[in-house]
Formats: sequence, structure tokens, C-alpha cells
Amino acid sequence: MTRIATFFIMFAFWVLLSGMFDAFHLSLGVLSCLLVTHFSHDLLFGQEWSSFWLRRLTGWIFYLFWLVKEIVLASLQVAYIVLHPRMLQLIDPQLVRFRTRLKRNISKVTFAQSITLTPGTIAVDMHDDEFTVYALTRSSAESLPGEMERRVAKALEPEG
Amino acid sequence: MNILAAILLILGVFFFFVGVLGILRFPDFYTRLHAAGKCDTLAAILVLLAVAIYNLQDFSLGTVLVSLKILTIVAFVFIASPTATHAITEAALIAGVEPWTKGEGRK
Repeated sequence: MTRIATFFIMFAFWVLLSGMFDAFHLSLGVLSCLLVTHFSHDLLFGQEWSSFWLRRLTGWIFYLFWLVKEIVLASLQVAYIVLHPRMLQLIDPQLVRFRTRLKRNISKVTFAQSITLTPGTIAVDMHDDEFTVYALTRSSAESLPGEMERRVAKALEPEG
Repeated sequence: MNILAAILLILGVFFFFVGVLGILRFPDFYTRLHAAGKCDTLAAILVLLAVAIYNLQDFSLGTVLVSLKILTIVAFVFIASPTATHAITEAALIAGVEPWTKGEGRK
């Protein structure tokens, strides 16, 4: 199952990059995709993936839309801070440490990337369950882990 | 189409401008990374989207493929940019760069 999915994703990507649709090039693509699939089919989807990956995919797409909205809002907030004449009074940089309840590696990575992408916070370090986050203002430090962690958990963690 | 592309371009340039201004105005290394790492991500994505839309003007298989390639660049920027920001920040912390805290002057 994961082999077939890997093959089709690889082949779609190959067609996108090549842009040639004659039989010769397509058969070359099929051949190379089969080779790559044979050697690395367990890389794209881990062992845990197969059962409910469709549900995860929809959750993931919803999460992406929410994340883009958050990034735009937060960028505007940073733009406000940058353009403010008394900028030094608005910012209060600080390191925050907190533990996360996310279990799977993929959701931890997603969470760390999301923290870094939303302006106001950078994920600095992650050991086991403990995140170190560098926050630009007091309010952005206090908002962690908060709603973003809940949404990542909903999108990527197994039920329960 | 053209108007949408122009709006996206202008927004992207605005966020690049804010990012550069932030690099110049913020007091220390870490806060500058905030401006550099994020505003630039959003700005690059907006500009690339504008290019992808502008490219679709004469709609054919070739231009659609090129636009899709631009969208894959967007996806890679989306993954690579926060990773780089994170790596630089952690390297700075390990190297012992002192963070600016409230009440100090500008460094």
C-alpha cells in the first residue's frame, strides 16, 4: 500500500518536473520512479501511517489554511512593532521553556516549524518533550503552547 | 489576473520592506532574526504566488507546469526558512550570544 502511494506521488512529481508526455519519456519516468520506490518506499510514509492517513491528510490541509491565516495576522503584528516609533518599549524578548504533550515526531516538528513561522516566536531547541522558544513580546510568550498545539494535535496525533 | 498579481507583489514588497526595517531597527541578534526569518518567508511566498499567477496569462500546458513548479518552490521555502531560522538561533545560543533584555540600551 505504501509502495503504491509512494510510486504515484513520485510519478506525479516526475511528470510535473519533466513536462514531457510522449511514450518514451513517460516510460523512462515510470522506470526511474519504480526504482526509487523500490529502494525508499519506507521513507516517505513511516510504519505507523497506513491505516488512517486520509483523515490525517484532511486534518493537515485544514491546519495549513489556519496556519497561513495566523502567519499573515502575526506578520502584520510584527510590521506594527517594527514601524512603531517607540519600538524598544513594545518588545520584551525572553526565552520560554514548556513541555508539550505531542507524542509523534512529525507533530513535534510541525509544531516547532509553526512556532517559528508565526512571527513573534522562534523555536530554538527541542529535547524529548521540552521546547525552548524565543519570544519577541510578553504576549506572544504567554500565548504558548496554547491553541496551536491543540490544532497540531487534532490534525496529526492519533485519536485519544 | 494582472491586478491580483500586482496586489500580491505589492504586499510582498511591503513585507520585505518591513523585514529589512526590522533588521535595521531591532536591538540584538535574536530580535533581528525575528524580522528576517518571518516577514521574509511571507514576502517570498507572496512574490512567488504573484509570479505564478502572472505566468498563467496565456493559459497552456507549459505555463501551468511552470506555475506548479513555482508552487513547489513555495512549499520548499515554507519548510526551509523556519528550519534555517531555528538552526541559526540555536547556533547563536550555543555560541553564547547574549540576548537583549528590557532596560538595556541598544547594542
